[in-house]
Amino acid sequence: MDATPINAHSGTPGEPIRANYLNVNYGLKSWLLTTDHKRIGILYLISITIFFALGGIFAALIRLELMTPEGDVVSSEMYNKLFTMHGVAMIFFFLIPSIPAVFGNFLIPMMIGARDVAFPRLNLMSWYIYSIGGVFTFAAMALGGVDTGWTFYAPYSSTYSNSNVALTAVGIFILGFSSILTGLNFIVTIHKMRAPGLTWFRLPLFVWAHYATSLIQILGTPVVAISIVLVALERLLKLGIFDPKLGGDPLLFQHLFWFYSHPAVYIMILPSMGVVSEVIACFSRKRVFGYPFIAFSSLAIAVLGFLVWGHHMFTSGQSVYAGMIFSVLTMLVAIPSAVKVFNWTATLYKGSVSYQAPMLYALGFIGLFTIGGLTGLFLATLATDVHLHDTYFVVAHFHYIMVGGAIMGYMAAMHFWWPKMTGRLYPEGWAKFAALVIFVGFNLTFFPQFVLGYLGMPRRYHVYPPEFQVLNVMSTAGASILAVGYIIPLIYLLWSLKYGPAAGANPWQAKGLEWTTPSPPPPHNFERTPVVTEEAYAYESKPYPEEAEVV
Amino acid sequence: MAHHVVPQKIYLLVFATLILLTLVTVDVAFYDLGLLNLYIALAIAVTKATIVILYFMHVKYSSRLVWVFVGSGFFWLAVLLVLTLSDFFTRGWSPLPSGWTSMVMP
Repeated sequence: MDATPINAHSGTPGEPIRANYLNVNYGLKSWLLTTDHKRIGILYLISITIFFALGGIFAALIRLELMTPEGDVVSSEMYNKLFTMHGVAMIFFFLIPSIPAVFGNFLIPMMIGARDVAFPRLNLMSWYIYSIGGVFTFAAMALGGVDTGWTFYAPYSSTYSNSNVALTAVGIFILGFSSILTGLNFIVTIHKMRAPGLTWFRLPLFVWAHYATSLIQILGTPVVAISIVLVALERLLKLGIFDPKLGGDPLLFQHLFWFYSHPAVYIMILPSMGVVSEVIACFSRKRVFGYPFIAFSSLAIAVLGFLVWGHHMFTSGQSVYAGMIFSVLTMLVAIPSAVKVFNWTATLYKGSVSYQAPMLYALGFIGLFTIGGLTGLFLATLATDVHLHDTYFVVAHFHYIMVGGAIMGYMAAMHFWWPKMTGRLYPEGWAKFAALVIFVGFNLTFFPQFVLGYLGMPRRYHVYPPEFQVLNVMSTAGASILAVGYIIPLIYLLWSLKYGPAAGANPWQAKGLEWTTPSPPPPHNFERTPVVTEEAYAYESKPYPEEAEVV
Repeated sequence: MAHHVVPQKIYLLVFATLILLTLVTVDVAFYDLGLLNLYIALAIAVTKATIVILYFMHVKYSSRLVWVFVGSGFFWLAVLLVLTLSDFFTRGWSPLPSGWTSMVMP
């Protein structure tokens, strides 16, 4: 029998086993006390996958109930809890941390040529804070759930609801700090730890997108934390903040809540846009068209995103004059969003395009995000919003942004950087098939909901008139296809950990510092601090030197 | 970046000022100054916060980049207040529906 050790990652007999972040030490303790940004990214990946599955189960139950016009699967009270817990799990515990906490953590230090983030222990603390927040919210779900909607509108949340509002609110309050700490870490890291020669305009657009995202996390999250504290103060001490009987104003809650929660949509979508920029450039073998415009459009989205929250309140009793201002400001966000879409499309033009799985997701993103964004303009228009507000049109619109946009970007990132993170290739044929299943399932689920909403079906009811059944059955059928689409990658990605072929340092022949280091990366990313001499996406120039020459 | 060493005397002075302003807050709470109650309390709070930010948080001795970040925090607070108040202050501008005498439902 051959006694020569076989390198687990290259599969080559005789090659010495190289230390990487996965094999440098073993055991639960080495993971729970790690300050390595790559391991923390993996910890986040596992945690958010649990919440994604949980949120997915709630979604499945919602769609099951809506198969028939009658309320025959769950009671109306239970239905309220289902859509609330679906929103809470998916938004706060999956979408917001998804790309930043997993891929941002893993990749930003590598993309800028650093050994780690600026504050590695703070980074680990943010994961613990996330987990503690998760335990509180999970406990609230297990003890009977919460029924206020993920928006926690006062006075229902502050005065009337008898469900576990307080426990959920505490969980989300705690969770917010993990988001703030991640954002803080990224901003300091990007400012202070770039490799020599890596000027701002040589940064990958993924890094620009995360810089913009971090600004929102730092500037917005404290406001939602304060809003939650105010709800608690009113519930417990009867301070008049939102309750008119006590001298408060219920719309104040909506102002405070949406001041964070609208920009939070951009926390979810901006990182995906960063991913799409990387993937489109790589699989078109071209420089990104109009780099500075894409970079600054991320910042523009982050800033303008803070000026538009009142469009959630057009029918709430908000002053119609404020409504007009918010309507106009909302239209402005379409400009930087369109800049991105046009520039990605221009990047594809005359590119040497190949359709690997990450590219399929990125192309899916562009189409679905465009539909989601344009239907947002319907809702930003004061008069049409009166008809469409709180209907399934809104549900379809934001799922096109959050699932069709944010999760498509997340799946693109997962496939694009999976070889880098694990050192293994996933099966490309299965991945393309899953991407197709997800695309079809997604559209079948949510496109009928535009029609349902336009026809007048309100959201958040578990019974509906029989004439809406055909479209609802289509939507439920789509949801089951979508579920299969998400389970397939879970299976083949786990399979690839053991059976996938070794990936090598740069399986996509992509540009960027993260591809110059071996897969999986060594514990401190780079043996020598890299020196950057060229712009990002210099695809026409000579390729990066091979792994052996760099290390 | 070299850290600026703040003399202990400054810290003690700031501490004394904060304590003094706290005592003033407690003291004015015993007088009813009408509309001024709010403004005086807010003025004292803002003064205390400014001292803490400038000295305890070392912003006075920090780089211009830090100033930009501190400034942007206040700019965003201004955005929150101005756009929220754009609703509160203009609610009364709309004409009342016929038959109504005020915006308050009977």
